[in-house]
Amino acid sequence: MLSKLARGVAIASVFTLLTGCNLVVMDPSGDIASQQADLIVVSTILMLIIILPVMALTVFFAWKYRQSNKDAEYDPEWHHSTKLEIVIWSAPLAIIIALGAITWVSTHTLDPYRPLDRIDAERPLEKDHKPMVVEVVSLDWKWLFIYPEQGIATINELAAPIDTPIQFKITSSGIMNSFYVPALAGMIYSMAGMETKLHAVINEEGVYDGFSANYSGEGFSHMRFKFHGLSDAGFDDWVARVKSDSATLGRSEYLELEKPSIAEPVHYFGNVDPELYTAILNMCVDQSKMCMNEMMHIDKNGGGGLAGIYNVMSLTYDTPRERGSQPLPLTESFVATLCTTPTGGLSQEISSIPLFENGSEDSRFSPVPASVSTGF
Amino acid sequence: MFSNPDLLHFIFGRLSLESFPMFHEPILAVTFAGVVLGGIVVLGALTYFKLWGYLWREWITSIDHKKIGIMYIILALVMLLRGFADAIMMRAQQAIAFGDVAGYLPPDHYDQIFTAHGVIMIFFVAMPLVTGLMNFVVPLQIGARDVAFPFLNNFSFWMTTAGAITVMISLFVGEFAKTGWLAYPPLSDIVYSPGVGVDYYIWALQIAGVGTLLSGVNLIVTIVKMRAPGMSMMKMPVFTWTSLCTNILIVAAFPVLTAVLVLLSLDRYVGTNFFTNDLGGNAMMYVNLIWIWGHPEVYILILPAFGVFSEVVSTFCRKRLFGYSSMVYATIVITILSYLVWLHHFFTMGSGASVNAFFGITTMIISIPTGAKIFNWLFTMYKGRISFDVPMLWTMGFMLTFVIGGMTGVMLAVPPADFVLHNSLFLIAHFHNVIIGGVVFGMFAGIVYWFPKAFGYKLDPFWGKMSFWFWLVGFYFAFMPLYVLGLMGVTRRMNHFDDGSLQIWFIIAAFGAVLIAIGIASFLMSLVVSFIKREELRDETGDPWDARTLEWSTSSPPPAYNFAFTPVVHDLDAWADMKKRGYVRPTSGFLDIHMPKNTGAGAILAGMSLVLGFALIWHIWWLVAVSFIALIGTAIAHTFNYNRDYHIPASEVVATEEERTALLAKQQA
Amino acid sequence: MTMANTTASQTEAPVFYLKEEHHPQNGTMLGFWLYLMSDCLIFAILFATHGVLGRNYAAGPAPVDLFDLELVAINTSMLLFSSITYGFAMLAMEKGSIKGTQTWLAITGLFGIAFVGLELYEFHHLWYIGATPMRSGFLSSFYTLVATHGLHVTFGIIWLVTLMVQVAKRGLIVENKRRLMCLSLFWHFLDVIWIGVFSVVYLLGVLG
Repeated sequence: MLSKLARGVAIASVFTLLTGCNLVVMDPSGDIASQQADLIVVSTILMLIIILPVMALTVFFAWKYRQSNKDAEYDPEWHHSTKLEIVIWSAPLAIIIALGAITWVSTHTLDPYRPLDRIDAERPLEKDHKPMVVEVVSLDWKWLFIYPEQGIATINELAAPIDTPIQFKITSSGIMNSFYVPALAGMIYSMAGMETKLHAVINEEGVYDGFSANYSGEGFSHMRFKFHGLSDAGFDDWVARVKSDSATLGRSEYLELEKPSIAEPVHYFGNVDPELYTAILNMCVDQSKMCMNEMMHIDKNGGGGLAGIYNVMSLTYDTPRERGSQPLPLTESFVATLCTTPTGGLSQEISSIPLFENGSEDSRFSPVPASVSTGF
Repeated sequence: MFSNPDLLHFIFGRLSLESFPMFHEPILAVTFAGVVLGGIVVLGALTYFKLWGYLWREWITSIDHKKIGIMYIILALVMLLRGFADAIMMRAQQAIAFGDVAGYLPPDHYDQIFTAHGVIMIFFVAMPLVTGLMNFVVPLQIGARDVAFPFLNNFSFWMTTAGAITVMISLFVGEFAKTGWLAYPPLSDIVYSPGVGVDYYIWALQIAGVGTLLSGVNLIVTIVKMRAPGMSMMKMPVFTWTSLCTNILIVAAFPVLTAVLVLLSLDRYVGTNFFTNDLGGNAMMYVNLIWIWGHPEVYILILPAFGVFSEVVSTFCRKRLFGYSSMVYATIVITILSYLVWLHHFFTMGSGASVNAFFGITTMIISIPTGAKIFNWLFTMYKGRISFDVPMLWTMGFMLTFVIGGMTGVMLAVPPADFVLHNSLFLIAHFHNVIIGGVVFGMFAGIVYWFPKAFGYKLDPFWGKMSFWFWLVGFYFAFMPLYVLGLMGVTRRMNHFDDGSLQIWFIIAAFGAVLIAIGIASFLMSLVVSFIKREELRDETGDPWDARTLEWSTSSPPPAYNFAFTPVVHDLDAWADMKKRGYVRPTSGFLDIHMPKNTGAGAILAGMSLVLGFALIWHIWWLVAVSFIALIGTAIAHTFNYNRDYHIPASEVVATEEERTALLAKQQA
Repeated sequence: MTMANTTASQTEAPVFYLKEEHHPQNGTMLGFWLYLMSDCLIFAILFATHGVLGRNYAAGPAPVDLFDLELVAINTSMLLFSSITYGFAMLAMEKGSIKGTQTWLAITGLFGIAFVGLELYEFHHLWYIGATPMRSGFLSSFYTLVATHGLHVTFGIIWLVTLMVQVAKRGLIVENKRRLMCLSLFWHFLDVIWIGVFSVVYLLGVLG
């Protein structure tokens, strides 16, 4: 009895509390997130059709067929009813068919990779609209936002004009994170050497929370930023303010920036190397490194051959002594040479380039033994 | 000599004085002091009461499935205390760390705690509970004398224990992983987690995994080959059916975990490039592989709980289970479908819409057989005579709680909805809702239900009810706020929050955790009180609940040989059928009974595996070599022992059975 | 007692227990087969890993640069022959010939050692020219898959020697026969896996 009372009090207090709190997921300010919230509501209602009767029947049967109730019918051998079996399998099936159809359609329409087709329920977009592009990089443990069209970048602050479709291109410097602004749209993982995309639009002015939603280590809890939904004029002001900052974000500044730090304050870069994001994505901000896309190109054409065995240094990205170190001075880009070479002559080209000048005592980096042949 | 760093490094590997955190962490220092004191008291008591020989002969070397089952459950309860201590520390941290208050746990410590909590609760609480219950009950339910491979059973248990000990060592020597319970790379790669934490994680799971896999094989063979005559597949008790499916899942899923952890350890130890960012590695492959194991794992845990509820409902409603065959088919369908849903754990990794939608829909389809099961239990209650003993209370709590978890699970299965709920506290609330509301409630129902079978006396109902109510109410207080917080956009694994308006919810959740703590304490009280009042609570019939399956046809606790004569089965509820049709207990004609012999080999091999794991974690290569060779050598030596069984002489069987005859007669008089 | 009598008078009295000792079937072969299936899954994962990483050369060498199909063909024939000779050992065991069994087991073991030896030679060569498992995702998955198989063969050989000692000590008793059957399953299983490795890793790698 006491616990029932406790439960009643709990439920009552939940309702009073709920009115006072901000359920941002259920009441977002972006069109994509609103549609996602609607889906939560629809799926909940669909399932309650089954679950409420089940809960009610559980309580009712428990009360009705309690041992002390000698008036209730007792039939210890009753254990099968084809009709009932059909109902208990087909009722959930019907719900799941309905929900499955909704799922199939909504997963496609709300696919984060799919360009938007509307600003909100009333305002459709033409097919070939151009979204504003924001390049997002998760670093240890902060967010870098690059605005390629505006030529600016920020740390831990994101802004966008309202009712403007945005395309986020997302990658990571190393550890997997998840880019999430609950008021704007659902999340998507950020991973190194890979690009994920998110299309979204914010419909109301305001300041919203954004953060990483995938645990990434020590500074994870502070990997937060504010997302400003601004009017067009407000956004222009914001861009002008960022642009007025004298700091420049180039390759060497990035390599400094990507070193781990916790609770990094907001700062702006009025100038950004336009190739920086591509270099981050391809893990070759350090120019002594071969870019991922070039490596994949070589792989597609059958790899770097035996001579390619020893170019490990230019490919190693994860090792701590390599991460964040100063770029090595290279007069001629090894990679550029590789990629302009016709595939047939790869091995000769590679072996003619002095790759091993910064080699260590590790045998992996020593020059190819003269006697190497493909056979045994 | 001792100042030579190379030599020290050779002898101790990575181990040094700095590896002992209790010298600089006050929380650990206190814990360590407590453990040492407690350990001294226990060891002292064992020595004082001269119990070492008894323990070695009757328990450690025992190949009796009943004792092994009990030991699994004891292991699980001990680890539950550790896992719960982690839980309440997290709740306390999250309840206070707002704004300028950093809380009492720095990230370094907090991150270990939530990783350890997940690992311990799944691998060393839920798994041993499930395995222990199956071990104890299945052979009795199918009328067998033991499992198919009794020695392997003992070995499996000790390997699981060795894994648990490995995790416990990490508390005081070195550190545990700070990666979350699935240790996703690149975070778990050597570059980003250079310490020993992830290595503790890997080797604890690998050692325990051997045990789990072997016990899976063991129980499948037991169920397939050793059923009593007449017990066709469709006459097997539902718990045995769910055990069969669970063990099939174990055998078909755990090798995937083993393989993926081998690949991770190669990345860490050898420098290969399976999951690295560079040199052609692919971290997404890890996420896929670990969930190909991870999702079936969820069903490995829940299916036996479903089995328990089926037994409990039909026993306490005094009625045959409604829809036995649809129950069986539902179990089989769940078993198969559990392999087709793994991607729903990472819809947000950027798969195409069609892939996401496919896995979302397969996930929802699982709710159909699960729903059918719920209905079957419901209609078993219909026209029943329900007595609300403690196991039935747990079952009622389950039926009302689990459906909520099922509902939120289906919500998370809708990919666009998952995009806003993934990794949030809503997700945390969901899986605690199904694991506590399903697995934990099921295991408690099972323990209370089969306790009199194992020990010959019932558990005290007062403390049982206390435990149930505190768990139930505590669960709602602890996890309903997390659903709300999830909808407020709060993500998991945070050790600090900026937004003070969230705090009240975390305080409510922490209060819920305290209620659960009282629930756990009440359960332990019920063990103590019942032991003291055991004469009052004693059951001499062997069938205290008037139950329906074969395990209740023998005495409580059953003799070493379980059944003096192998039972013959005619109907689904074999024991109910026997009672109805006037079964008369045989009192003569006893024969010698062929039984396996106890052996210490399992404990010894597991001990060596523990040393091997420790040496690998700390890079003590000479010890790796020595313990590995010793392990292989001992295993081979063990195969030269052909003398593995003996006969219980008929005279002894006669004595045991006559004692029971007298008891039963006394009762009837 | 009265109830039993009434039931008995109405129908034939049901038998509720066996009066003689019950001997359930021996489950060792089923259990071992289940273990093999779980092992098969480990290989399945390694194959899948190779499927994902098999073309990630990281601008390094590809199979065509590294593998010598002739050597691998010789190696494959070693393992295939060992399977045949194990078959002969089993035939001899069925006939009850300890000497025949031991001889064929020894030949099987020698073939197995030759297989492992050739594999080690290949690895040593690859390592020497710098194609280590650390070089690329492709090489990581190649080494892991092939070496896991090689380790299995090595354990098979250790097991085989153990069994030869046990047969020598105790003869072809039931237990030893059962163990030889298990090893037989294991040995042929490794053969099947190797055929997969040979086709997927080497042939498809070089020719595909």
